[in-house]
Amino acid sequence: MKAELRTCPATGLRVHDQADALIKAHAVVATVALLVGGVAAIGVLLTRWQAVHLLDVVWFYRLLTVHGMNMLIFYIIFFEMAVLYFASAVLLSCRIPAPKVGWLAFGLMVVGTLLVEWTMFTGKADVLFTSYVPLRAEPPFYLGVILFAVGALVVVGHFFAILVVAKRERTYTGSVPLVTFGALTAAIIAAVTLLHGAIVYIPTWLWSMGLMNIDPEFYRLVWWGLGHSSQQINVAAMVSIWYLLGALTVGGVVLNEKVSRGAFALYILFISMASAHHLLVDPGFGPSWKVWNTSYFMYMAVLASMIHGFTVPAGVEMGQRLRGMTAGLFGWLRHAPWGDPGWSALVFSVVIFGFVGGITGVTFGTEQINIIAHNTLRIPGHFHATVVAGTALAFMGVTYYVIPLIFRREIAFFRLAQIQPYLFAIGMTIFSIAMTFAGTFGAPRRHWDITFSGAPFQVEFSPAVDLVIGVMAVGGIVGIVGGAIYILVTVVSVFFGRRLGPEESGVGAHGKGLPLGIVQPPRALGPGDDDTTLARHPLGHVPGTMVLVIVFLAAFVVYYFVNWKLLSVVWKVG
Amino acid sequence: MATYQTGIQAPQGVWWKPVHGSEKIWAAIAFAWCMVLFAMMPLWHLRGGQNPSGIRHRVEPAAYSARVREFIAQYQVGTDGGFPVVEPPPGSHVYLQAAMWSWTPVLRLQQGAEYILHLSSVDVNHGFHLFPLNVNFQVVPGYDYGLRVTPTAAGEFQIICNEFCGVGHHLMVGKVVVVPPSLAAAEGAR
Repeated sequence: MKAELRTCPATGLRVHDQADALIKAHAVVATVALLVGGVAAIGVLLTRWQAVHLLDVVWFYRLLTVHGMNMLIFYIIFFEMAVLYFASAVLLSCRIPAPKVGWLAFGLMVVGTLLVEWTMFTGKADVLFTSYVPLRAEPPFYLGVILFAVGALVVVGHFFAILVVAKRERTYTGSVPLVTFGALTAAIIAAVTLLHGAIVYIPTWLWSMGLMNIDPEFYRLVWWGLGHSSQQINVAAMVSIWYLLGALTVGGVVLNEKVSRGAFALYILFISMASAHHLLVDPGFGPSWKVWNTSYFMYMAVLASMIHGFTVPAGVEMGQRLRGMTAGLFGWLRHAPWGDPGWSALVFSVVIFGFVGGITGVTFGTEQINIIAHNTLRIPGHFHATVVAGTALAFMGVTYYVIPLIFRREIAFFRLAQIQPYLFAIGMTIFSIAMTFAGTFGAPRRHWDITFSGAPFQVEFSPAVDLVIGVMAVGGIVGIVGGAIYILVTVVSVFFGRRLGPEESGVGAHGKGLPLGIVQPPRALGPGDDDTTLARHPLGHVPGTMVLVIVFLAAFVVYYFVNWKLLSVVWKVG
Repeated sequence: MATYQTGIQAPQGVWWKPVHGSEKIWAAIAFAWCMVLFAMMPLWHLRGGQNPSGIRHRVEPAAYSARVREFIAQYQVGTDGGFPVVEPPPGSHVYLQAAMWSWTPVLRLQQGAEYILHLSSVDVNHGFHLFPLNVNFQVVPGYDYGLRVTPTAAGEFQIICNEFCGVGHHLMVGKVVVVPPSLAAAEGAR
């Protein structure tokens, strides 16, 4: 079969029609999963808000299961599969070597998803996202997850094959771009993660049919090898998208390839140790195991994130300065395209992931501090800042470029698309911070009724908790509105948006339906654009970023030590 | 002098180039902070009062349940809300059983005395949460988690389950009463 490659009028990249089709298919299913998970989110949120307490107990836990599976597995992994095809076939101008295998893998993932959805909605799997053994779901639930994981594993293999074919057929020269390298990191972590999934779900499936026994602590260990490591796929994919969005929106540069690639390599080496974050107050493991693993071998993966958290804004700052935005510390931010939803999503994603998600995550993942965080609302407060306001928002931002570049459509309701990242980011920030606060008072996560009506002894949380949970609910509703706008805009654009003609790049377009990075692409840098032309600043080449990271570190230090102080006042335990 | 390209362009030739001063400084600061983060955990084991180490064993749920019944028979002093109230002497082993959906028994402990508090479940995973202090431990069937605890304040505390364990999850509330040493001594004399 001869591969048909079109030339993208905006970027000059050569795109295989099968790559287009596979990216579209995975992105569309991802969006459907986001919709299902989002509807479930409304039910869960309005039940946790005790003043409303919408759902009965059975449907609360059922929709919480639906929410977790759809958001953390189906939405995010389908989207990541689209990212893998994009970062390999599109960025390297390569054909898809085995389209049939690609569609077979997609089919497996869809069948697995449908099986899981069916078991969840019919009440055969009220076991929440983690399905801790010996809580038991019916066998098709586990089978569905296995089929999904096998399909995803095949896509990861296909991604590696595309890299090999691109190299052999010399579709690019030099080394793969940094964004592709980051996607490769995500793919390697995905392979490790999905193997953990196989190791845990196949025996669990057999156990659910009464064919073997599973130790509950073994299950927790290996399950989190899937559950937390899959969040590291998200981190690697998200950071790649940060570099991608920086490049597309303002022409952000890579300060140093060695540093950024080295940081990705640190992720590969150490990040799957994070299973331990969930086992710090478990009876199955000793202190030295906990300390080594929770710290990803002396925080080497945290170091990697702190490096990316510097190099992404620094690359943007350098790009802006080289293009003449040299005024003061933050002129490069003031003159940024704040009306471009790709740009605003990038900025919010970096800031919220770092300041809210990163700081809380490292703090709660400290062996002893976990005593005052485990299974409280602090934990979902943390990961809604990382995986929702961080990863999902970055994925939303890149969608505003994928629609014109891959789907070849104009964005519908562009004014709405422009405010969407703001609504989503503000809503999710309020939501995450309020949730974390409620957890600091001890409010448990995954709980239908924290007034404990009908329990043998009375428990009364301080009125502050009610207030904080009310704030959380308001933030959550704003976030859900932002998410709903995203789904509306993408669905209408993809199915009804104005088609861009085969030669139409969008550059210089007057219509309102395209992000600025496409209408007015950032000026390409040439050999004349070197940093010696920039005025020296006492804080170095990227002084604005230097100030921002120092503020970040100060916030980190304060939050971290405040938590040690909070820990030191509870009962002595050891 | 350095020229730049974006993350979607393939670098040509050798990209292993000297690192910027700013990047070096930040990487060094971040590395130093990571070492602080790492050092705090062993340090707290040596100097801090709160560690999740415990005495850890495997235990059959039936055997654990039998041990809890034996413990109750030995030290029961009354009942509260339908649960036995147990007052073990300071320094003793205390056995708490998590089950769908209760914590057994109710404990009476002395302020300032150390106990070895054993936690285990006889069915699914549960979560030990001491209210209102926000102290949390995972309770796993098949494992006995023996924590040396010293109640540092007197008063009434509740135990909430914070690991999802089925539709009765929110009903699973237990109780711990901590009495000041003077009161305990007076009761002993009477």
